[in-house]
Amino acid sequence: MKKLLLQAALAAALPLSCINVQAAEPTDGGTLNVVVQPEPPSLMIGIYSNAPTQQVAGNIYEGLLRYDKNLEPQPLLAKSWESSEDGTTWTFHLKENVTWHDGKPFTSADVVFSVDKFLRETNSRLRQSLEYVDSITAPDDYTVVFQLKEPFGPFIGLFETGTMPMVPKHIYEGTDYKTNPANHHPIGTGPFKFDEWQKGSYIHAVRNDNYHQEGLPHLDEIYWHVIPDAASRSVAYETGKIDVLPGGSVENFDIPRLTGLENSCVTSEGWEYFSPHAWLWINNRNYPMSDKRFRQAIMYAMDREFAKNALWNGYGKIAKGPISSKTKFFDEDLPDYEYNPEKAKELLKEMGYDGTPVRLMPMPYGETWQRWAEAIRQNLSEVGIETDMVATDVAGWNQKLSDWDYDLSFSYLYQYGDPALGVSRSYISDNIAKGSPWNNVEGYANEKVDQLFDEAATAFPDSKRAELYKQVQQQLVEDVPVGWLLELEFPTIYNCKVHNLIDSAIGVNDAFGTAWIEQ
Amino acid sequence: MSILRKLSTNKVALFGLIVLVFLVLVAIFGPYLYETSPWKMVNRPFLPPMENTDLMLGTDTMGRDVLAGLVYGARISLLVGLISTMIALLIGVPLGATAGYFGGWIDEALMRFTEIFQTVPSFALAIVIVAIFEPSVYSITIAIALVSWPPVARLVRGEFLALRNQEYVLAARLNGQTNRNIILREILPNTLSPIIVMASLMVATAILLESALSFLGLGDPEIMSWGYMIGAARTVIRQAWWLSFFPGVAIAITVLALNLVGEGLNEALNPKLSGKRES
Repeated sequence: MKKLLLQAALAAALPLSCINVQAAEPTDGGTLNVVVQPEPPSLMIGIYSNAPTQQVAGNIYEGLLRYDKNLEPQPLLAKSWESSEDGTTWTFHLKENVTWHDGKPFTSADVVFSVDKFLRETNSRLRQSLEYVDSITAPDDYTVVFQLKEPFGPFIGLFETGTMPMVPKHIYEGTDYKTNPANHHPIGTGPFKFDEWQKGSYIHAVRNDNYHQEGLPHLDEIYWHVIPDAASRSVAYETGKIDVLPGGSVENFDIPRLTGLENSCVTSEGWEYFSPHAWLWINNRNYPMSDKRFRQAIMYAMDREFAKNALWNGYGKIAKGPISSKTKFFDEDLPDYEYNPEKAKELLKEMGYDGTPVRLMPMPYGETWQRWAEAIRQNLSEVGIETDMVATDVAGWNQKLSDWDYDLSFSYLYQYGDPALGVSRSYISDNIAKGSPWNNVEGYANEKVDQLFDEAATAFPDSKRAELYKQVQQQLVEDVPVGWLLELEFPTIYNCKVHNLIDSAIGVNDAFGTAWIEQ
Repeated sequence: MSILRKLSTNKVALFGLIVLVFLVLVAIFGPYLYETSPWKMVNRPFLPPMENTDLMLGTDTMGRDVLAGLVYGARISLLVGLISTMIALLIGVPLGATAGYFGGWIDEALMRFTEIFQTVPSFALAIVIVAIFEPSVYSITIAIALVSWPPVARLVRGEFLALRNQEYVLAARLNGQTNRNIILREILPNTLSPIIVMASLMVATAILLESALSFLGLGDPEIMSWGYMIGAARTVIRQAWWLSFFPGVAIAITVLALNLVGEGLNEALNPKLSGKRES
């Protein structure tokens, strides 16, 4: 028994060992080479919320807070904060020595502008949360007060860089945000400054010598390399050109080989805040997808277990419904859509499906997604649903989703630690608006669901919220507005000479401020 | 008939012809005899060849039958090769004939026009055309045809230039025959043999082009093709050699067979060469 325990302890310590061995004193200097996949459309994190944009821009821009791996808030641009007894007044005290990359001081006016003006206009996800905010005021240069209309459960979880990045008021005020030339040369407060973007090749950021945290960052510079081919990314890592392969940047079947290399470390940490949830967009507006039974048939037709094993190397978990099982409001008792082609055929027959073919638009995020589309296309064809594949690039895919010009497509979205932040946005009818591929793209509208999500967001305490979320999950699983696929897991693979790479709940999307390279 | 007889005495060409006929039969009847859809996930992924007698060539990254992919891919490869060559001939032959027959400014204009296409690298042009029109079997066929007609036009023009002052042509002209008649009835039949030889080689090139486009992910997403199979398998070439090997062999054999036949036809149709061989 003792021996067994010892072995277990050793096994538990093993993955950590490559981080902790000789992790005595961080050394300054060095260049970090990271892969970014695919190339981001822009680095303006306040306007674009794609994963690759956040990955790079998370080093340039900052939010008021960051979150540790248990999702507990930590100071960043705000040094402290407090709330009133009833949870409706939140006061943030800002750090006083912070400057923008162009030298101008960062003050409470920037916070008010960023949240109340800029992000309210550009970020539909945050806009939804800001509905609960009555006013944002700045009593002095280093104090910001958020006055809420009513308590909002996930409020303190909103302040991460990707959700609520601070943008410089002196550059953006009074301009058209989307066309402001500063979007091409982002100015933030982060530990690294934007230097150069060679389109199709790399993005380069250099150390911010005036960073507000003493002694940070350790690294001199970071390169994000754009390498469009998955096999080439693996080779670049093997040859040492690349130090970090963020989750999802190599093909899944390459992962065991790469992690087996000498001096190669792997971690699945750094996704706690996001809990990426993959699903099939189903355009509820068009026949035959407008029929609930058709959508249920899709759920029964898809062999998700196969996809998980064949395409994701066994990583991940089959998604039962809209809320990730990693979130506390997940309902264990949801019914399962197990793989059952016969049931799917029955449902199609019952609705009188006439064989109208539907369009299937794969997500252009690499080969795993392309293969996944092929697998689902085959699953669907076996129950009698014919599909036409639509080929697009990233820009075209964003465009078509934003314009609702699709029948079936893929996406994976982040949950942000709370259903009120990352889940309701895809299902409430207020969020049906052309122009964004991240909102209620499927066009699902159900008053009951709207109301439940609304109540659950402000209910108190958590047990009351859980009850409401349970109801909403059951309704959604019955209606199948989208076809849930997998709770994704993206292991990050990196050279063991890099230490402290991931030290928050947003992993590689956070700044590499505390990361250092063993010299 | 004498062409066939001459061809059959050439063993190498005969071999090419047999392979080609086999491939054509596979392309036509294969999908009826071999009913497994190439997209169907029939077994576990990465099943090596020869391990399962139902799946002699193994399965790919998603458990799809590699042999089914080869059978269905033969159809698309040959079809794209043939049709794009036909279209290229339909563009190139009339253009070259007109230029060669009339000469003068018409010749100048048409040849400059041809050169526009010849100066752009043909594969790059094909990629651009396919990308603009969205990848589909139609856009691929047309793209290949558009990049492969200029050599035909040049060849036909050369032949016409050489033949247009022959006595029988002059006689026809004195006879009062129309230009159209002279081109179609008098000169064109005499230029057929080099065109046929060239066409057989063009089919081979077209198959390679189609494979290359599919390899780059510009294939028709609806259709299983050899190039797509190699393209999808290249990332796993170290784990699963058979995924790129078999379609690669299929492409190589097809192109080789077409070249052998083309060569054989050249020898059979060209009096100078066939004379040499017999002596």
